[in-house]
Amino acid sequence: MSSIAPAHQRKRLGGSHWTGIAENERILALALLAPAVVILSTFIAYPFVMAIWFALTSIRVGDPGEFIGLANFAKAWHDSIFQTAFKNTVFYTSWATIFKLTLGMCLALLLNRHFRLKRIVRASMLLPFIIPTVLSTFAWRWMFDPTFSVVNWLLYRTGFITNRLPFLSDGDWAMWCAILVNTWRGMPFFAITLLAGLQTINPDLHEAAALDGANAWHRFWHVTWPLLLPVTLVVVVFSVIQTFSDFQLIYVLTGGGPANSTHLVATYAYQLGVGAGLLGEGAAISLFMFPVLFAVVWIQLRYLRRIEGA
Amino acid sequence: MLIERRWKKWSYFYIPLALFVLFALFPFYWMAVTALRPDGELYRAWRAANATPFWTLAPTLEHFQGLLSSTKFLRWLGNTMFIALASTAISLMCGLFAGYALSRLSFRGSEFLGTAIFITYLVPQTLLFIPISNIVRDMHLGNTPWALILTYPTFLIPFCTWLLMGYFKTIPRELEECARIDGATRFGAMVRIIFPVAVPGILSAGIFAFTLSWNEFIYALVFLSSVDQKTVPVGVVSELIRGDIFFWGQLMAGALLGSVPVALVYSFFVEYYVAGLTGSVKG
Repeated sequence: MSSIAPAHQRKRLGGSHWTGIAENERILALALLAPAVVILSTFIAYPFVMAIWFALTSIRVGDPGEFIGLANFAKAWHDSIFQTAFKNTVFYTSWATIFKLTLGMCLALLLNRHFRLKRIVRASMLLPFIIPTVLSTFAWRWMFDPTFSVVNWLLYRTGFITNRLPFLSDGDWAMWCAILVNTWRGMPFFAITLLAGLQTINPDLHEAAALDGANAWHRFWHVTWPLLLPVTLVVVVFSVIQTFSDFQLIYVLTGGGPANSTHLVATYAYQLGVGAGLLGEGAAISLFMFPVLFAVVWIQLRYLRRIEGA
Repeated sequence: MLIERRWKKWSYFYIPLALFVLFALFPFYWMAVTALRPDGELYRAWRAANATPFWTLAPTLEHFQGLLSSTKFLRWLGNTMFIALASTAISLMCGLFAGYALSRLSFRGSEFLGTAIFITYLVPQTLLFIPISNIVRDMHLGNTPWALILTYPTFLIPFCTWLLMGYFKTIPRELEECARIDGATRFGAMVRIIFPVAVPGILSAGIFAFTLSWNEFIYALVFLSSVDQKTVPVGVVSELIRGDIFFWGQLMAGALLGSVPVALVYSFFVEYYVAGLTGSVKG
């Protein structure tokens, strides 16, 4: 830490008592951090402890309940809807992340070239990401409407189908539709962040590889991909956390149906905790997300430390 | 560089790019067409011979009029705007102070606090909404905008702090030291010298935070109950679906109008937004 004058001199320059305090780095730091720390501990740290307490009691709306140990967790573990919801969440997160990464990478590679209207194209590609999810998901729900679907109309007119496709009325179809909408929304985030990573790669490397006879695929696999790996990993971690804890997209698109086939952990926790007022069970189900999120964050932190150490 | 033949450029570049643009923008086109289409055309079965889904021959504003007269949509817009601006302002202030302290001041525990803030960055809203709704109720904030203004910073502060920390690190220390030699206090140097230089970073963080607050759903759904207090996403979900009936024309009109403010802010500050987005994951 470099400071201008030693402490005793500073005091003489400082004048009043208060300036002296403001010059003390430790006190100033605490004062500056206080607002953030107060808000984060009131609405993150404290609720986290409370969530654990709720999950260990039979609390429901209007009834504080009593301590029941791990009964809520055990109940959820054996609950077939919860099992489905958990499997759905893993399935939804895995496929959506694979699609977002693949399509996002393709889009980033396309956008990394020079062409006319590049700025407008790039700006408009981000629209799905910035428009509120609930509002754009309604547009998708309308496109998948059983009676008035424009997708059915298009496929029927072009001769691909004779009977309508059961977009949101069949369990498997509904899950893939949800994955599609999530991919649509999250792809720009991957594309733009990966594009920023691509722009830091020295074009000389590509030229050198091309002179050595590497084709486009080899250049991508042996030059671009390894250099992009750190950014890719961070983006994937962020996306996995958001997708694994997703709520609003499913809430609007399918409401968890048909027959619970698209329920995620978060939508099921909402249904029990808010819909049925079973706060304890709802909190326990939310907490089932925690080990997964914790593992992801832990990997991220370890990885960051390794980069910083290197 | 390599010489490419024209057809190659088309099949490897223009056509894929056009498909991406179509995929990304079609839902918005569909929103607009639906909002402008009269009900008679809207509810025409998918196999009807006279269905013309991609355009309308009789555009109408009836859904917009219906939306504005039968619901409190403008009120919801106002609520959302107020909540987004207030929570962004609070988060920016906290983020500026915390980011400065963590990047410029040396004190014990700074590394621990930095890591702790980073971890809260990764806590999703759906993990803690049940206990937070109890806390909000106990603080008598339930069903008021303050329930959201005070809770949105939980996911905005970590992001703002992280982004601004990175920004402060790029500002040379000498700048601050010159001011201190001229007699400025540490706090004065921070506010008058460092913050003005960091304006681009502040704009990026602010715009990103604004779009995130506009998008938030589950807290708004759980903490607010009366029609007057709702935000746009919650109002559209709860008031435009009555029973099992979807008012698609009004829904799409609402979706369109609800997207306009955030799209406008975004279009004026695309570059700052992109800087915020890419900065948010760099750390």
